[in-house]
Amino acid sequence: MNARKDTLKKVMRYIKRYRFFILLSLLCAVISVVLSLYIPILTGEAIDLLIGPGEVGYAALWPILLQIGILMGITAFAQWVMNLCNNRITYSVSRDMRQDAISRIEILPLSYLDSHGTGEIVSRVIADVDQFADGLLMGFTQFFTGVITILGTLFFMFRVDAVISIVVICLTPLSLFVAAFIAKRTYSRFREQSEIRGKQTAFIDEMIGNQKVVQAFGREPHTQEQFDKINGELQRCSLKAIFYSSITNPATRFVNNVVYAAVCGIGAFSALRGGISVGQISALLSYANQYTKPFNEISGVVTELQNALACAARVFELIEETPEIADPADAEDLKPDGSVSLQKVCFRYQKNRPLIENLNLTVQPGQRVAIVGPTGCGKTTVINLLMRFYDVDQGAIFAAGKDIRSVTRNSLRRSYGMVLQETWLKAGTIRENIAMSKPDATDEEIVAAAKASHAHHFIKLLPHGYDTVITEDGGVLSQGQKQLLCIARVMLNLPPMLILDEATSSIDTRTEMKIQEAFAAMMKGRTSFIVAHRLSTIREADVIIVMKDGRIIEQGNHESLLQKNGFYASLYNSQFSV
Amino acid sequence: MRRLCTAQKEEYPLYIRIEDESKVKKLLPYLKTYRKECILAPLFKMLEACFDLLVPLVVAAVIDTGIQNNDTGYIISMCGILVALALVGLLCSITAQFFAAKAAVGFSTRLRSALFAHIQSLSFTEMDTQGTATLITRMTSDINQVQNGLNLFLRLFLRSPFVVFGAMIMAFTIDWKAALIFVVTIPLLSLVVFGIMAWTMPRYKKVQGRLDTVLRITRENLTGVRVIRAFNKQEDEKQRFMDENVHLTRLQLLVGRVSGLLNPLTFVLINGAIIALIYVGALRVDIGMLRQGQVIALVNYMSQILVELVKLANLIVSVAKALACAGRVQNVMELQNSMTVSASPSEGSGFGSVAFRNVSLRYAGAGEESLSGLTFSVRRGQTIGIIGGTGSGKTSLVSLIPRFYDATSGTVLVDGQDVRQYDLGVLRQKIGIVPQKAVLFQGTVRENLKWGNEEADDAALWAALETAQAADVVRGKSKGLDELVDQGGRNFSGGQRQRLTIARALVRRPEILILDDSASALDFATDAALRKAIRTLPDAPTTFIVSQRASSIQYADLIIVLDEGRPVGMGRHDELLKECPVYSEIYWSQFKKPEEMQSAKTGGDA
Repeated sequence: MNARKDTLKKVMRYIKRYRFFILLSLLCAVISVVLSLYIPILTGEAIDLLIGPGEVGYAALWPILLQIGILMGITAFAQWVMNLCNNRITYSVSRDMRQDAISRIEILPLSYLDSHGTGEIVSRVIADVDQFADGLLMGFTQFFTGVITILGTLFFMFRVDAVISIVVICLTPLSLFVAAFIAKRTYSRFREQSEIRGKQTAFIDEMIGNQKVVQAFGREPHTQEQFDKINGELQRCSLKAIFYSSITNPATRFVNNVVYAAVCGIGAFSALRGGISVGQISALLSYANQYTKPFNEISGVVTELQNALACAARVFELIEETPEIADPADAEDLKPDGSVSLQKVCFRYQKNRPLIENLNLTVQPGQRVAIVGPTGCGKTTVINLLMRFYDVDQGAIFAAGKDIRSVTRNSLRRSYGMVLQETWLKAGTIRENIAMSKPDATDEEIVAAAKASHAHHFIKLLPHGYDTVITEDGGVLSQGQKQLLCIARVMLNLPPMLILDEATSSIDTRTEMKIQEAFAAMMKGRTSFIVAHRLSTIREADVIIVMKDGRIIEQGNHESLLQKNGFYASLYNSQFSV
Repeated sequence: MRRLCTAQKEEYPLYIRIEDESKVKKLLPYLKTYRKECILAPLFKMLEACFDLLVPLVVAAVIDTGIQNNDTGYIISMCGILVALALVGLLCSITAQFFAAKAAVGFSTRLRSALFAHIQSLSFTEMDTQGTATLITRMTSDINQVQNGLNLFLRLFLRSPFVVFGAMIMAFTIDWKAALIFVVTIPLLSLVVFGIMAWTMPRYKKVQGRLDTVLRITRENLTGVRVIRAFNKQEDEKQRFMDENVHLTRLQLLVGRVSGLLNPLTFVLINGAIIALIYVGALRVDIGMLRQGQVIALVNYMSQILVELVKLANLIVSVAKALACAGRVQNVMELQNSMTVSASPSEGSGFGSVAFRNVSLRYAGAGEESLSGLTFSVRRGQTIGIIGGTGSGKTSLVSLIPRFYDATSGTVLVDGQDVRQYDLGVLRQKIGIVPQKAVLFQGTVRENLKWGNEEADDAALWAALETAQAADVVRGKSKGLDELVDQGGRNFSGGQRQRLTIARALVRRPEILILDDSASALDFATDAALRKAIRTLPDAPTTFIVSQRASSIQYADLIIVLDEGRPVGMGRHDELLKECPVYSEIYWSQFKKPEEMQSAKTGGDA
């Protein structure tokens, strides 16, 4: 209950920005509702003029009909303006929420993003916000007018007949009570539905996203089975959520119909005693209708809002997730000189799994550091720490003599050029992808960078050359071509330090050989960290760090390590055995 | 050039399509199981509507008979009837809601399942031309919208027109001249309602397309988070998202502006009609053809029409949205598998032999062949190394063996049989493939390995892990085979994932094993141990090794050297080193000649 109030408060914070539209919407709601409520009174007066054959008061009838005509015009206009305002508010709020979500995603720590499914987060930003917007729009269009209709009707009803008004007021809370009763019971069902839906989205993301593997293993029947299981679960709880919430409407309408009968009966008796006219009964009946309708709508809105709030809660969870620690206020920009040192660094992804323990390493400016070791020994983790994707648990990393936590993240990351094992390109043109490191690069610069990284040749062969649009996962390009683009991306704007994480693992060695030359030029005078399995890459390093189980077990250059005849030597020699 | 320009296709295919409706009709079979519900739901709704239609008549009777004749007993009994009508209406309505919910939820469940099955049945070519983001939206938010739309549709679509025409008929029973106003008003109202619908429907489709783009950008930001942060592109990416987001909002507002006209316009029409009714009523009362209560009943009927039309309008907006979504779902459903399956599949005889006869491959939409004129054959248990530059067609070659794609010309034979003659399941069962991208799935390690073979026991799994050099990885985990794998296998390193995917393929005990550059993240020692272990397996599979490391393939029985899709060398290591310049270039780029080693030693610091 409290959580829901909390969510509601946060929603209100978003809505508040559109005060002007809310006020205008309210104003128009008041105008359109009051006028549309006044029309039945006029209609009643007109009907009272039709007493019987030969007793029709034509003279009084004309002005009344004219009045109705004018008022209905104004009402319609106010309604339209109100609709526009409501749209503006709803769509703007959902736009703002999506923006806040993406802003938060950009500053969330990688530990959060690495441990949450992409599908799940996407579902929050897109599906949940969308559903929330739907609920909110309904809320606005029907809640405002609903409340004003209730108040307006009360006012007009009391002017006609107090007794009937009191009967109506006493009976209608029943419908509110019924609505609240049902809403309370459906909230948890919607929440459950929302959760299972998220689970299903994650599953779809995984299986459709990797459909080729699924098919290669002929796993279609199994995944189908698994899918159908989740799907069945969703069916079960969706049916409950939808059915229970849809009882609200008929139930409240029943209460309203009883009220209608009561108004009719009491009105008739009052007319018998000469208290009110037939036209007034007609007006009252129409009020009884209009008075109870908003309760229907409001209760409908209430259930819709349950759903919307459940979605909003999930979005807020994301938006309010703790971001990575902000740069300290006095953080300066790093002025990299190429020196890096790690001192007594400890790091674990999971508290109970030791990974990097007490790692020490000093790198002089311009040195080429190769990190080698068996798979899973913590090489990639070192890079995560250097780039500050993760913060060390203990110890510290210094760049240019400064603790990297004391400088701005941007300047730190700007100091590194990075080519990762997992190539990632964004949807857009080849040109845009290369220019990522330097948005204002000229065409000549881009082509030069592409040539330097041997990407120019294949780019030229693409249908639209540098303007070829590629999809999110690079689609048309081979793994190696993607890698070349990633290299070109760094090549365009060379920072003082480089990180190459198995950067050449999926490029053929002929191309690699050429790239190596480019790399050599690129690395000249630059501190480079290379995680590579290729001995050709490693051989030329100034320092080779041999890692095992998160620790440096050997350190030196190729020759000295070979002479040592230790772990490195056995690694190196293994390539000649079968 | 497979997946070119799908991004553009996503954004601009949005012209108005009349055939949408017929498309949606094709989805109807999924409703078949719920035929009973689909009939009962509207039926009960109509029943409820009948009772609603009686109300104005009862009220007219109270006024014209009860009040006129001062008959309190009559008034009380009439009010009793009103309450009874309400009660029966309640029961009918709840029943209708139940059936509607059941049919809508059931329909969407079946549709989702069918769509999932359909996507799984598509060939690689179709998957290349569709994006995953698109398919995922179809499966999730689109089908949800369809469900909501159907639920509303079942409840209201018959009820609302029924009330509208019912009210008109009731009006005729009261007074035919006054009822003529209904005859004029209803078409006018319909014109407004349907005109606005016709305008908004295609635009809702556009809105959905925009939403897709926003979804795609969100995904990109999650999958590419490291690169984005390394380049400090957070702000740019945010800006890109926001631009698209603003476009989406702008379009939503535009559509909202027109659909927001609906209520005001109908309000004007109905009230205009009421003015006319009173005017005509006055004339008819004047000549004694109508009574006051009856005029009230007529006005009430007109108001009922308004209420129902407002509902109908809201319904149409929802249904329009749902139809747009359903059309998109159907578009995916209509994707034909471009691969034909043999009508009388046969199972080849033999074990693990593979032959290519003058095989060429051009991907759908591509301008050039990715493979051309390839002929070779290998026997059971042989090792085949495939080496060549980036984009030289190595992956294309091995993709033809499990028939991920069909050769454009020539024949691929497995166990002496054209792969097109096989049942796909049977063919792929023979083959263990380790794709370039090491993908693991959410679940336990055991579940992942059993992808290779559902029946494998733990001993078989461990044996495969040993061969794949992955046993240590699993032993290092506290729960062993029951260790949980996160989505995408994120809790394992790249090299660990590769070895696990190799184990997965080995669990199947395949006749043919395909390693598509799948040892790239392994160090040399592990790579060598892996190859040795595979070689010494009893019933060793015919092994295709795609690699860029000469060391991985140099001991293969047959090495195929590819260059831009053409075979430029075929043979054993020693022969190729002498005769094939491309091969020797590759080889010497990785293994320095002895004299170069010497110079590297002395000039290492330069």
